[in-house]
Amino acid sequence: MKEQIFEIIKAAIDELNEELEYEELEQVTPDTPIFGGDSGIDSLSLVRLVVEVEAGVSEAFDAEVTLADEKAMSSRNSPYRSVATFTDFVLARVEGQHS
Amino acid sequence: MNTMLITGTRKGIGRHLVDHYLGQGYRVVGCSRSAAGFELEHYQHHELDVADDKAVAKMVRAVAKEHGGIDVLLNNAGIASMNHFLLTPLRTVEQVFATNVFGTFNFCREVAKVMARRKYGRIVNFATVAAPLKLEGEAAYAASKAAVANLTQVVAKELAEFNITVNAVGPTPVATDLIRGVSDEKIADLIGTQSVKRMGEYRDISNVVDFLIRPESDFVTGQVIYLGGVS
Repeated sequence: MKEQIFEIIKAAIDELNEELEYEELEQVTPDTPIFGGDSGIDSLSLVRLVVEVEAGVSEAFDAEVTLADEKAMSSRNSPYRSVATFTDFVLARVEGQHS
Repeated sequence: MNTMLITGTRKGIGRHLVDHYLGQGYRVVGCSRSAAGFELEHYQHHELDVADDKAVAKMVRAVAKEHGGIDVLLNNAGIASMNHFLLTPLRTVEQVFATNVFGTFNFCREVAKVMARRKYGRIVNFATVAAPLKLEGEAAYAASKAAVANLTQVVAKELAEFNITVNAVGPTPVATDLIRGVSDEKIADLIGTQSVKRMGEYRDISNVVDFLIRPESDFVTGQVIYLGGVS
């Protein structure tokens, strides 16, 4: 499931980056930074990314996850810091739904 | 066929809005805590508590999936409480805020996500003249609707980039169950404070909503339009 979530996130970043054209988002790996730090993604792009991932997760797993988080905009603790942290965050939410 | 989602459609203003917008050719999806009690062509009903964020997310995604998107959201569901402030239990305040504020928040957030993907949307929330008039005996209700008005204005800014407008209409009293418990004398006093001194009618509300949801109204957002000349 984790692999599948990674692919959903990667596809969403690829789609977003067709418009943004950020070099650091061209090759998406678990280490790719998303929000805060060196990545150029602003909060609006982050929102668009999260919306796409929510829709992708809903399609793939028939799970209604809401990826809202009070630490979303925190540069240190945001679950959207990197592709890896975002993947874990989504995984936990999907598993929480199914348990 | 454009899709409109209206909350609180079982009776009152919501019920009127269903007929009004079916008449304009919209597909209407409504909801309330219990069954609609009516069946109409191009109308679908969901039973849920608007304050239940998971149920709201599930409904919104199901609607978006089935109809390919949502064009308009009318956050009509609302409850009132008329009581002296000193006699109002906290539980009442919680219930009023749950439906009026949290319900509006939940639907705005989930529907806006769907609208953002298509870069188009119209959201109309429901305020009340009780807030600007600071009506005595309506502390919980007026405070909750003041929150809705402010939420509308902030969310309007945040969603503008997605070509989603967010406005609110603030009705005067309309003869519905919401004001059933209010004395005639009090209603008469309230109407006396309006510039246009008459009861509100359903058409007064749908008229403003008609304007706010027009595609041409893309330059109108973050506005709270009070009826009856109240400001």
